[in-house]
Amino acid sequence: MKTRILQVSVVILLLALWQVLPQLEVINPHFLPPLSEVVKTIHALLAAKELQAHILISLKRISAGLLVALLVGAPLGLLMGWFREFEQVVDAPLQAGRQISALALFPVFILLFGIGEVSKAIIIFWASFWPILLNSIVGVKNIDPILIRSARSMDARGVKLLVNIIIPAAAPSMFTGIRLGASYAFMVLVAAEMVGANSGLGFLVLNSQETFRIPEMYAAIITLCLFGLLINHALLLLEQRATKWRQLRANG
Amino acid sequence: MASVDIENLSKRYISKAGGDCLALDDLNLSIEKGEFFALLGPSGCGKSTLLHIIGGLNSADGKILINGQPVKGPGLNRGIVFQEYALFPWLTVVENVAFGLKMKGVAKRERLQTARECLALVGLSGFEERYPDQLSGGMKQRTAIARALAYDPEVLLMDEPFAALDAQTREILQGELLKIWEKTGKTIIFVTHSIEEAVFLAQRVAVITSRPGRIKKIVDIPLSTPRYEEEDIRSSAAFSEVRHELWKLLSEEVVNSGTLNGYGGSSKAVQAKGSEPLGEGLLLQAQTEGVEQQ
Repeated sequence: MKTRILQVSVVILLLALWQVLPQLEVINPHFLPPLSEVVKTIHALLAAKELQAHILISLKRISAGLLVALLVGAPLGLLMGWFREFEQVVDAPLQAGRQISALALFPVFILLFGIGEVSKAIIIFWASFWPILLNSIVGVKNIDPILIRSARSMDARGVKLLVNIIIPAAAPSMFTGIRLGASYAFMVLVAAEMVGANSGLGFLVLNSQETFRIPEMYAAIITLCLFGLLINHALLLLEQRATKWRQLRANG
Repeated sequence: MASVDIENLSKRYISKAGGDCLALDDLNLSIEKGEFFALLGPSGCGKSTLLHIIGGLNSADGKILINGQPVKGPGLNRGIVFQEYALFPWLTVVENVAFGLKMKGVAKRERLQTARECLALVGLSGFEERYPDQLSGGMKQRTAIARALAYDPEVLLMDEPFAALDAQTREILQGELLKIWEKTGKTIIFVTHSIEEAVFLAQRVAVITSRPGRIKKIVDIPLSTPRYEEEDIRSSAAFSEVRHELWKLLSEEVVNSGTLNGYGGSSKAVQAKGSEPLGEGLLLQAQTEGVEQQ
């Protein structure tokens, strides 16, 4: 309870500083407007349905990239974790690929796929694919062999073994990969929207700065922050639902 | 017809150092239908390996027949209970017990019904919806036993199932296992390194030699059944006599296997005494503390 009070106090203190410091002109209010003004701007943007449109397009981009990363990364990771030889064969190109920053490849993707939605989806895919792949591999490799033996002793083979044992046993690690992938995707999304877009939250941040609509810039940054928290929280809830047994373990 | 026949079974493997190891050497064994049979041996003698081979989890040279049918791999006519419980932590207790039936293709309703009955048999009614991590060691092993019984295998293979439990829980579960055996009439092959456990549970005990594993002797246990009803049967004269016989057979193997050599303080004491026979207590301690190296 005491911790809770302190937690809330810290947040209130920071918000209060944001309000007071620009008002007292300790910080230049043109560059950092007081919180109340930013909130007013968020309100106005919402009323004009402008903010919603940017949120929606950013959400579409991140979901598309993340979904494809999951559909490719998870099965590939399961295969690589299970078949050691397969992992060894494809390991070298994958190790190299994972070292290439998604941002470094953005110009390449723009050349290949144009400046539209496809190149943005692909760069998000690239960023989120690696943690999903690697955590899926680790998830399978870390399965206690005794569980596999036990399942095999009950005639679990092939697809049955995959569905009933390998996937649920690797699920916690795969979820870690998905959450990590989502946070990478988020960073890359903002960068991609700043480089080549005329919509989205990243675009809104940069465009507002360039046109000197500073309260709107902060409104976009705050929205991005909340957007990110929301996505992470949603994934966490999903994870907790899917791996209920682990929560029980954690609570003793 | 015998239930389990083992003919000329040998197991070789390449050790980590690259050497050719013989784990089991030309084993022959015939276990009758409905028999409670114990495999007793020092740590690392290959008795667990033998059990896993019967379970179809490991391959070997030679022949294993279950009711005349050769073993070619794992199958639901054998149920294995592991020392480490090996329950699936993401499934509830009742789902764990129903797992074999699910693999068999039994409909959900029916398999959960059977699983509940098996849980009642091992005294776990009321714990169906728990997860394994919420259970004590004894309850986990009860669940594992119920899981192996649920799909009604002909042979139950138990790999030191009570070794990780505290003494009291172990004794309780030993008594309950005998009741379950009586009720279900299963053929049970039980691996243990505890002489007492073997004597208390089994009708016959095979003493396995240290590497390579061979059957040194098969000893009949001349105790009446049901043993769990007799008060303090472990202190009876008949119990002590057969226990001592097995102890003598096993003590040579423990010394041979070198279990005592790599074993710190007490091993030095043993070596200092030269060829003096070991104290029984020390031997038992060595057995319980020796690490299984399989």
